[in-house]
Amino acid sequence: MSSNHDHDHGHNHDHEHGSELSEMQLRVRALETILTEKGYVDPAALDSIIETYETKVGPHIGAQVVARAWADSGFREALLADASKAIAQLGLQQKVGDHLVAVENTPTTHNMIVCTLCSCYPWDLLGLPPAWYKSAPYRARTVKEPRKVLADFGVTLPDETKVRVWDSTAETRFIVLPMRPAATEGWSEEKLAELVTRDSMIGTGLPKAANEVQA
Amino acid sequence: MTSDPASVRTALETVPGIPCEGEAPVFAEPWQAQAFAMALTLQQRGVFSWNEWADELGAQIKAAIAGGDPDDGTTYYRHWLATLERLVARKGIASAETLDRYYNAWDHAADRTPHGQTIELRADDFR
Repeated sequence: MSSNHDHDHGHNHDHEHGSELSEMQLRVRALETILTEKGYVDPAALDSIIETYETKVGPHIGAQVVARAWADSGFREALLADASKAIAQLGLQQKVGDHLVAVENTPTTHNMIVCTLCSCYPWDLLGLPPAWYKSAPYRARTVKEPRKVLADFGVTLPDETKVRVWDSTAETRFIVLPMRPAATEGWSEEKLAELVTRDSMIGTGLPKAANEVQA
Repeated sequence: MTSDPASVRTALETVPGIPCEGEAPVFAEPWQAQAFAMALTLQQRGVFSWNEWADELGAQIKAAIAGGDPDDGTTYYRHWLATLERLVARKGIASAETLDRYYNAWDHAADRTPHGQTIELRADDFR
């Protein structure tokens, strides 16, 4: 495009009240809206293309982080105390944003994350968000009836497990630290990371079982 | 129109530089996947061919490198999106001015939308 998109949008906005889209997000939305209005693209079809690649976005460092936390209790504590700092100290290439909070699943508490994806989905950790994640019904239902949403994803929790829902904000993003699957004692971090699914880090799924990963 | 594997394969064969992991394109951020999907859809609809796309994108990247672009792959999808915008203008689908108008409208929509709610475009965002 010939015009220059150096507007200073967003950065001085009041994060407490408004949402923020990056320059690239705005340009993509502008184009997509026009192409949709003119009948060149169908948003649902675009979503289905994107879905094909949804596991191919981002470096998936979330799985590495979770595996490290399972293997190293010192790191686990550091992660739960200050996730951004703990991850920065891993010396990974990918820069992780500030104000990242890790919430830990336990036998008594299961965590789920919702957000409507302006800029707060931690794709740098989790890869591309699935199409359903940005739908308004997902967010509304998760807040109202998290257990039913989990059931839709095939996750049934014991009755005594409480479900906590965390709403991302522009300032705070969340990652779920799932429970380490049974029968994985002595596994390497690399192998543990194979158990960690994206959905398990959003809280809509559980990690794979030990026998689902090749020995 | 869905993700047609043949069309994606042709794109990967014809268009140089698409970042890949194995045989599938990878994206660093969601908007990149959206830009990829839009180009794929327009190609499938015959708005342009992958050859035409490759020429345009190549010219865009060459010009950017002449202007100091790092040429290390990190800006690939910026060039991709710029190419998409230019081709859409040239094919008479949307001028640069129209794109700007929608850009500003979305910016306005984001601004007035409380955080946590879905950002939707309304008529009064076009001021």
